[in-house]
Amino acid sequence: MAEKEIQKREASSPVETERTKSMKVFIPRVDIHETRDAIVLLADMPGVDEKSVDITLEKNVLTLTGRVQPAAYEGYRAAYAEYEAGDYERAFTLSDEIDRDRIEASVKNGVLKLTLPKAEPVKLRKISVKSA
Amino acid sequence: MFWPEFGRYGRVWSPWREMERLQQDVNRLLSGESAPYAATFPAVNIWVSDQDVIVTAEVPGVDPASLDITVAENVLRLSGSRKPEELKPDEVSHRRERASGEFTRSFRLPYAVDSGKVDASCDKGVLTVRLPRAEADKPRKIAIKTQK
Repeated sequence: MAEKEIQKREASSPVETERTKSMKVFIPRVDIHETRDAIVLLADMPGVDEKSVDITLEKNVLTLTGRVQPAAYEGYRAAYAEYEAGDYERAFTLSDEIDRDRIEASVKNGVLKLTLPKAEPVKLRKISVKSA
Repeated sequence: MFWPEFGRYGRVWSPWREMERLQQDVNRLLSGESAPYAATFPAVNIWVSDQDVIVTAEVPGVDPASLDITVAENVLRLSGSRKPEELKPDEVSHRRERASGEFTRSFRLPYAVDSGKVDASCDKGVLTVRLPRAEADKPRKIAIKTQK
């Protein structure tokens, strides 16, 4: 018995956002570690450089997006393939308060490094007592 | 032991159910759910034309200087290492998904290549190696002499 051909696809709720460009999107592998005054995130994004990466922080959601220009070789045929090129996207919810103005990002050899400094707590003010 | 299953499920023990369970276990093992890292690093794509072969590999975070590419006849060998990030004593790791360590991969190319003309570049964490076909290996058209 042949399965009925699906004409309409039911949407999930909430609706999953799709891209206008028909290209695969991959989840980059990340390492995250916390130092005394910052959270450091490393993400593997081969094919991405500093111009093609976008980092947004909205409320507490940090989104990393990397666009990849897939390599195309005219006159060659693919003899063997283990990976596909595609964009990268991943989002994290940050638990700690982050100092948004001092976020630093760099890309080296296809690895994005993001330093998210923790917001400084209200500093204790020391009042020196002058001797009379 | 098979028999304790009898009491636990309150059903009659069936060898088929046992085999089904075994199959599920093996499938889970082979599906790679328990292995968070790809078994092969780096992932490689190979493009071929009549004149040369292009091998591309995703090597994010690998220092291009640590990459070692050797070619012998029609075998290409890639090796290198990726350094793990070192944490200071007061640093805490939250996530560790990126693999590190040494890797070596060998590929048999469709034809012998000229090892003297191999050209490799590494850009944005993607390695591209272009290997021209050896002159001696190129297909040659042979003219047939006719005798009168």
